[in-house]
Amino acid sequence: MSLEIHAVHKSFAASRSTPPQHVLRGVDLTVTTGEFVSLIGHSGCGKSTLLNVVAGLLRPDAGRVVVDGRPVTEPGPDRAMVFQNYSLLPRLSVLANVREAVKAARPDRSREVNDEHVERYLHAVGLWEHRDKRPAQISGGMQQRTAVARAFAVGPKLLLLDEPFGALDALTRAKLQAQLVGLWGQESDTETVLMVTHGIDEAILLADRIVVMANPPHASVLDVIPVPLARPRDRVTMVDDPAFREVQARLMALLTAEAPEATSAA
Amino acid sequence: MTMLHDDVIDLTAAPSQPPTEEGPPPPSTSPWRRRAASLGWAMAGVTVVLGLWHLAALRSPDLPTPAEGLGELWALVGDPFYDNGPNDKGIGLQLAISLQRVFTGFALAALVGVPLGLLIGASRRAWQAVNPLVQVLRPVSPLAWFPILLTVLRDAGKAAVFVVFITALWPTVVNTAAGVAGVPLDHRNVARVYRFGRLAFVRHVLLPDSLPSIVAGLRLSMGIGWMVIVAAEMLSGGAGIGFFVWNSYNASDLSAVIAAIVLVGAVGYTLDALFLRLGRRFSTEEVHR
Repeated sequence: MSLEIHAVHKSFAASRSTPPQHVLRGVDLTVTTGEFVSLIGHSGCGKSTLLNVVAGLLRPDAGRVVVDGRPVTEPGPDRAMVFQNYSLLPRLSVLANVREAVKAARPDRSREVNDEHVERYLHAVGLWEHRDKRPAQISGGMQQRTAVARAFAVGPKLLLLDEPFGALDALTRAKLQAQLVGLWGQESDTETVLMVTHGIDEAILLADRIVVMANPPHASVLDVIPVPLARPRDRVTMVDDPAFREVQARLMALLTAEAPEATSAA
Repeated sequence: MTMLHDDVIDLTAAPSQPPTEEGPPPPSTSPWRRRAASLGWAMAGVTVVLGLWHLAALRSPDLPTPAEGLGELWALVGDPFYDNGPNDKGIGLQLAISLQRVFTGFALAALVGVPLGLLIGASRRAWQAVNPLVQVLRPVSPLAWFPILLTVLRDAGKAAVFVVFITALWPTVVNTAAGVAGVPLDHRNVARVYRFGRLAFVRHVLLPDSLPSIVAGLRLSMGIGWMVIVAAEMLSGGAGIGFFVWNSYNASDLSAVIAAIVLVGAVGYTLDALFLRLGRRFSTEEVHR
């Protein structure tokens, strides 16, 4: 699963009276199979917009997104997404949330195969015992684990994550990051991951490359920083690695220099 | 995400929902004391109104006193189902006739209004086609339709049913459309990313998310349908609680009118309470953030 983003532009008009905001300004990015790439930047830099364009939820004004040689025109099961607000359907149980998504996204697989995937990933995120609960009955961390299981169970080659752990406390976040790496590394069909984040340490811990995005009116992609840390990475010992310090310093410098002049929501 | 918002309709014109009946709970200790206090204040309110009414009745001899009105109510309720021909029926029979008309008109309005609301909530074009009509027809007093309906249907009872239908239609349509337009973008995106089919979308996203609003619309419709049937039957004559009110007035029996008002209020309150419970059943639990 390779992902190519060619000269993508996207503008939004907040209302009829204000001029449109040019959120994505000529984004070029190539992600190769097996890579974990993080998009980082301030609010309003367009990182979530770019993810939505790759997902096929938004159409770019210009440019194109190509996945495995095919241009993206609509959402598809090859690009499952984990949303910022968990986005579980509130009247369905944990199990039904995953099962209905898998059933709808993968009609090509038999019912047995789909059920097997649902069960496997709910076990993998430790929610099989809680499968009959409604989203409102479980914690935010458990809801996001359900959303992660839902995305993996569809068996996407490319996984899109939109600030998946932003709303969670630090301990829950650390646990989920580890689970995510485990699932991506060995236990799934997912090869490539594109993750939006605003956590510098999270980006370094998880990503092979970090795409730093700039605020308007600059070109969208400010820099692409490789993370030369061997896997598996350990969040405790990693901090003492000079390579970690160097990447962290570069990111910090880029992002503080790029402090937003006018904050605007993407 | 402007592009996705293109499908979403601005429903600022929708009627706002009435505030919930419950005021802030009084800072009391035990639930029993709280209930007793709330009952006591309710009795105090009723007593004040009855007292004022009594004073007014003393000054105006044509107005029955509370005792006369409530005595008449007791007599009417005591023998609700007698039938001495078209001009003399028990109050229970009159209420049953009115209720039947309201339910018929309301059911027709729900049958037409919910699908129409779903359509105009989901399609911008349908919204643009229907919205001007709704906005112009909604403020028209439903009774204004009565002459047309009476001419076309040639039956006062049927005309009354259709007056209720027209009355009940707008809140159902507008609230259903608002419910559809209010389906969270997150849920729409989930349905798109995981490629929900039409059926799965309606079953798992559209209906669960818009049902509370639909039920609220039905509740409003039922409420004003019940209000309008009294007026429509005063015009149509023949049968029903509205006819009973007008007939009692013509017989100079204001006590019966007062008794009828109390009964109409009680029935309306019961209908509303039923819909409120229905609405609570369908309201979605909040998702933790």
